[in-house]
Amino acid sequence: MARNMPEIGDYRYGFRDKDVSVFRTERGLTRKVVEEISKMKEEPQWMLDYRLKALEHFYARPMPQWGGDLSGLDFDEIIYYVKPSEKQGRTWDEVPAEIKQTFDRLGIPEAEQKYLAGVSAQYESEVVYQSLKEDLQELGIIFTDTDTALQEHEELFKEYFGTVVPYSDNKFSALNSAVWSGGSFIYVPKGVKSSTPLQAYFRINTENMGQFERTLIIVDEDASVHYVEGCTAPTYTSASLHSAVVEIIVKKDAYCRYTTIQNWSSNVYNLVTKRATVDANGTMEWIDGNLGSKLTMKYPSILLKGEGARGNTLSIALAGKGQLQHAGAKMHHLAPNTSSTIVSKSISRNGGKVSYLGLVHFGRKADGARANIECDTLIMDNESTSDTIPYNEILNDNISLEHEAKVSKVSEEQLFYLMSRGLDEFEATEMIVMGFIEPFTKELPMEYAVEMNRLIKFEMEGSIG
Amino acid sequence: MSGSVLEIKNLHVSIEDKQILKGVDLTIKGGEFHAIMGPNGTGKSTLASAIMGHPLYEITEGSITLDGEDVLEMEVDERAKAGLFLAMQYPSEISGVTTSDFLRSAINAKREEGDEIPLMEFIKELDETLDFLEIDKSMATRYLNEGFSGGEKKRNEILQLMLLKPAIGILDEIDSGLDIDALKVVSKGINKLRDENFGTLIITHYQRLLNYITPDYVHVMMQGRVVKSGGPELAKRLEAEGYEWIKEELGIEDETIEQNA
Repeated sequence: MARNMPEIGDYRYGFRDKDVSVFRTERGLTRKVVEEISKMKEEPQWMLDYRLKALEHFYARPMPQWGGDLSGLDFDEIIYYVKPSEKQGRTWDEVPAEIKQTFDRLGIPEAEQKYLAGVSAQYESEVVYQSLKEDLQELGIIFTDTDTALQEHEELFKEYFGTVVPYSDNKFSALNSAVWSGGSFIYVPKGVKSSTPLQAYFRINTENMGQFERTLIIVDEDASVHYVEGCTAPTYTSASLHSAVVEIIVKKDAYCRYTTIQNWSSNVYNLVTKRATVDANGTMEWIDGNLGSKLTMKYPSILLKGEGARGNTLSIALAGKGQLQHAGAKMHHLAPNTSSTIVSKSISRNGGKVSYLGLVHFGRKADGARANIECDTLIMDNESTSDTIPYNEILNDNISLEHEAKVSKVSEEQLFYLMSRGLDEFEATEMIVMGFIEPFTKELPMEYAVEMNRLIKFEMEGSIG
Repeated sequence: MSGSVLEIKNLHVSIEDKQILKGVDLTIKGGEFHAIMGPNGTGKSTLASAIMGHPLYEITEGSITLDGEDVLEMEVDERAKAGLFLAMQYPSEISGVTTSDFLRSAINAKREEGDEIPLMEFIKELDETLDFLEIDKSMATRYLNEGFSGGEKKRNEILQLMLLKPAIGILDEIDSGLDIDALKVVSKGINKLRDENFGTLIITHYQRLLNYITPDYVHVMMQGRVVKSGGPELAKRLEAEGYEWIKEELGIEDETIEQNA
């Protein structure tokens, strides 16, 4: 039987809009660009100072030489700030028609009506639409774009900003700290539990655009929140850059789940720093879906600081032709009886490459801590590859660590079995793949699971030779 | 005429250049139950896999037709859609796909787009068949064959057979590894399908199964061919006397395919 694996389908979200922006900085990254961004935003002096310090650090810091090939990324070609509209909408009617149309095509307003508690929509550098259901506002939940948070909640903002991911963490956190714009700011007060998700949607439209959103989530004691983000961009021949920083503070007994469905076009470099700290008996969960992009380097990290804190990371990565998904997870067990699980599912196909890079650290105080790591890879053809690189640092004898790694191929026997029941080769392959990622999709809220399945199926579509 | 006709003529099959089947002739019609018996290593399972189109098996000579259509020209799924079904000796595990989701996809694969089986109808039929085969309802939501015991896998194959309703079912050692209760249940399922629209080829090396399913025809395979055919009485005699008398009668010393006949 000739084995022709399905090709990657066309990227569905690759359409672009005409430029409607009201302001953009010149190409390249200079002190002037940073000052301009800060001035546009009418920021306090301390933030400008912070940005400039970060910029110096960015200049001084060499490009990382590990992970993926970043040589195609020219910092002088990138446009660091594009302001898409004069003001932010509270209703969709206040959003410029062209931009609203884009979000309509992406199904955001519809989803908002059906099952979201709040929505934030970022287009280029700024959030153009923001809403939060009234009952959640009354509970004292703050859900706004990060720029507005700086204006309206400066004290709270200043207390936490940059405390989880300092600008000096890595070259791209320095870059983000220098030119950040947009992103979500969430504060959930003590004891407040939000059961329906808050969603942010990030869209890049301009070629060579750099999107540097900055997200800060504070979940106060015994509170809970589920935040979901989705990302897409038009397909261009030259590189765009998405380099976000996400900081999350989960306090005692609190719960935060952060779900990402990232589906960038194949010209986007996606270099993101995501980190959470968790106090005693709190729980942090990263649910991280990585489709698309040219190169993704992303290792959501959790610092388990309080006794009994829990961390879970569940991720899938799908790499097709010319793509590298360099993704993983980091867990730092810094207190007694902390526990963590990492489940990483990756699929490589059509010459794509997936790498899992993970770190599990047990500090001296991590008595009784437990960690469980499971890495499963599905390789669809002979051109595609995968790597699993787990690091463990153990400074305490009284811990337990389990690691399981499995690499599988879609086997001839499985295909024969399913096809002998009447499924054609494509349907059979798709069924095996969907089954493989099921542990991930079942963690998504129903509507996202449906969307995720649709996305994966769409990625798998195409000729079967 | 009702029912389908599967016609196998002079079938030669090799795997990795090793000749396994050396000229099998067999015709199975709707309404007929055929049993193929024979010691291990005589090519019985190869015949089953070759009919269904397993990619490892190469047909070097001969033909297989279903109602006159050339089966050898069909992809595996096309064979299924044409009416063939193979209950496998070692069914694959499909992680993350529930038995129920899989079955519905398989049923719908045979139906036209827009004519999918209504959900309630499917659930009703699935529940009834699970009950009939004395399978715990939880199997519907378990991942297909994953962590199933040997007996559960076999029952699941019969569950699929009953829901997919093929014209010709090939059952490859469906009795192996079953205790007597499970064997009775599996047989009950197969017997329920007996009508003029269903023909089956039962491959086994134990007469035991044939105590519960009475075949119309019994064939003995040795050295990659059917060397003897008869009625149910042939199976009885094999049970009583073993295979030695056939070997003597035909002058066969080594019945396996290793023997160069």
